[in-house]
Amino acid sequence: MKRTPKFVFFVVALLILGLAYTSFFGVYKTYGDRTDTVIRGASDIRFGIDIRGGVDVTFGPADASIEVDEANINAIKAIIEQRLVGKNITDYECYADVANEQVIVRFPWASDEADYDATAAINELGETALLAFHIGSETKEEKVERKDENGEVMKDEDGNILYDTVTKPAGELVLTGEGVAKATARWQPDENGNTQPVVLLELQGDAIKAFADATAKQAGKGTISIWLDEQLLSDPQVNDPITSGEAVITLGNSDYSYAQELANKINAGALPFEIEAKSFATLAPTLGEKALEAMVLAALIGFALVAIYIIFWYRLPGFVAVIALIGQMAATVACISGYFSVFDSFTLTLPGIAGIILSIGVGVDANVITSERVREEIRRGRTIDGAISAGSKNSFWAIFDGNITVLIVSVVLMGVFGPPSGFWATILSPILRWFPTSTTGMVYSFGYTLFIGVVLNFIMGVAMSRLMLRSVSRLKICRNPWLYGGERA
Amino acid sequence: MNKQKDFISKRRLCLIISACIMVVGLAMTLIFGVEMDVTFKGGTLLKYSYTGDMNASDLSSFFTAQIGESATAELSQSGDIQLINVYSTAVVESDQQVEIDKAFAEKYPDNEISLVNSNSITSKVGSLFFVKCLVATALACLFLVLFIALRFSKIGGWTAGLAAVAALAHDLLIVFFTFVIFRIPLNDNFVAVMLTILGYSLNDTIVIFDRIRENRSVLGAKANVNDVVNLSLNQSFNRTMNTSITTGIVVLTLVVVAFAWNLDSIISFALPMLFGVASGFYSSVFLCSPLWAAWTNRRLAKKEAK
Repeated sequence: MKRTPKFVFFVVALLILGLAYTSFFGVYKTYGDRTDTVIRGASDIRFGIDIRGGVDVTFGPADASIEVDEANINAIKAIIEQRLVGKNITDYECYADVANEQVIVRFPWASDEADYDATAAINELGETALLAFHIGSETKEEKVERKDENGEVMKDEDGNILYDTVTKPAGELVLTGEGVAKATARWQPDENGNTQPVVLLELQGDAIKAFADATAKQAGKGTISIWLDEQLLSDPQVNDPITSGEAVITLGNSDYSYAQELANKINAGALPFEIEAKSFATLAPTLGEKALEAMVLAALIGFALVAIYIIFWYRLPGFVAVIALIGQMAATVACISGYFSVFDSFTLTLPGIAGIILSIGVGVDANVITSERVREEIRRGRTIDGAISAGSKNSFWAIFDGNITVLIVSVVLMGVFGPPSGFWATILSPILRWFPTSTTGMVYSFGYTLFIGVVLNFIMGVAMSRLMLRSVSRLKICRNPWLYGGERA
Repeated sequence: MNKQKDFISKRRLCLIISACIMVVGLAMTLIFGVEMDVTFKGGTLLKYSYTGDMNASDLSSFFTAQIGESATAELSQSGDIQLINVYSTAVVESDQQVEIDKAFAEKYPDNEISLVNSNSITSKVGSLFFVKCLVATALACLFLVLFIALRFSKIGGWTAGLAAVAALAHDLLIVFFTFVIFRIPLNDNFVAVMLTILGYSLNDTIVIFDRIRENRSVLGAKANVNDVVNLSLNQSFNRTMNTSITTGIVVLTLVVVAFAWNLDSIISFALPMLFGVASGFYSSVFLCSPLWAAWTNRRLAKKEAK
């Protein structure tokens, strides 16, 4: 076998330490007051709502006997997302679970509000959406009395009523959500023959007539604006009067996903049923922050103990194992924080951290198996080089087979507890689709950390460890068989 | 070289010990009953933090009146935070919840009442989710046995698979009994622990089976099965022990820290895991491999008789 040069060990070890430093502490550039994140560190990890507090709620139709189709569920998702963004909550997770006719939303506590009323927020998210078509795009500003959470008008210190200014459509109301049968996004050729995304709008009942009158009035010179929850969605130009009750909204140069979003939002305002929170959970950050501190401490203590034990037992291969373990921890943190831009950041929950801590213990397993084999070969009287190469070869399949079992388990965990649209959930859906989506999202993170733990174990615990061991064993001071578990030379 | 330990001859003793544990565990389950978390049984769980002194029975009657159905309140402590846990089988809607919070804070204005956690699930969703978890566990078991049977076809795939399943069933029951005996309500953590132990224990078993597979191809199929198993167990014993110890160390650290900080959610995860790791070690070495030897011997005897 080709000899591994001595310097390789130092290069690999330095790379691992570099990765560890940057992935734990991040890299930031400061210009005056502004700090830019160059590399995301551990503090940039998006923690789950069990740590920083938040809301986990499942919405569905209030009346379970109503027939619900995929478009309805996507519409519910669209309106909830719009409302979350409207509340300045961008860090949410929202999943449409079509098979079970529900939408799952998780969003964190608003960080600047100490006494956040999460339950009230759930109520607002589940309110019936107000869809309105108005003539023209003109708006007017209106003063509205500001009300507190109990619905009472708020006053300032002098007893004057407080007002908020809101922007409302100025034009005449044409139709509301009841008049819309459905909206669908589709591709359609324009006059030049290029296909472009459009939204096909189908109306019903009296709305067809009202829409025909309005479009006759606006044809060629004006617009009709579409409003959802008093937010402007779109204000297309009217070209011709539309009497058939079917209108096509062209969107210019926008992409298909925008058309889909618009269709979903229009559908949200035309839902033939009310939505309600089927189940919900709220968590205050008070308990979670303490838990996070405790988990970090547990990880540090656990790591120190394992490092001492493994070096004591396996000597030089144990030392290499500890470097590899540092690499594995760093890479795990990197996979979660979004250090590598190809991997999205991942929400980390308490069970997820428990998974990382568990992988400290399990992660050395590959090194344990290899070191045990190397020691065996040394005691049989092999040379150090022979023992390392035989030990590595003999132990590979045991490590491989053993890790596949954990991989299988982590895949099942992610499929069961993950979002219904997730990769593994989709693969397992022929079996699991008959069951509701997880009512809490905490364990998904555990499955994920377990999964990347296994994958990284092959990189760090197997590939990198062996490279380092082969290389470091070429150093003169590392030629003593005692270092590999044999008798002192 | 260490002197060889004879694992096979202690087979009977191990089976008796395991049987005793199973009987005691089962008896405990019948006596204590199985507690289910809201996640599985449905209903409403409310957690409030408070300061000062409160009386649990007063609170129970207050919440029974508010929710309109029987509710029980318990006082507990997490770290330095005092908590009230309210459970009711009724499903509290989110708008009703707002009312309850308000009334509660108004009734006890000096106690700094604040809602820290609420969970409300209909019993249908809860029980379906429970079934889903059971299906997932069964599914994982199936995949794992298939994998073993496939990878270890050289040493009698299905015998190996079956022996592994016996050991797995043993470990899962130990984890389950831990939940019962320590009065930890079953929730999604339970499933996570079950599945992890499933993979973990099988990992131990596989490393031993791998050794048996290797030794058999070295020593030939004619070699005495008991000797091969004993040799393999001796060779892999250090590894099995050390991996169990390193895993045990970190899980124990978790348990200790969780107890010190009073973190229920982590204790309910780490404590059963600790027992599962111990059980996984024991079952792989002392149950699974001797069982495989016994079954293989019987199969070989049958073959010879033909």
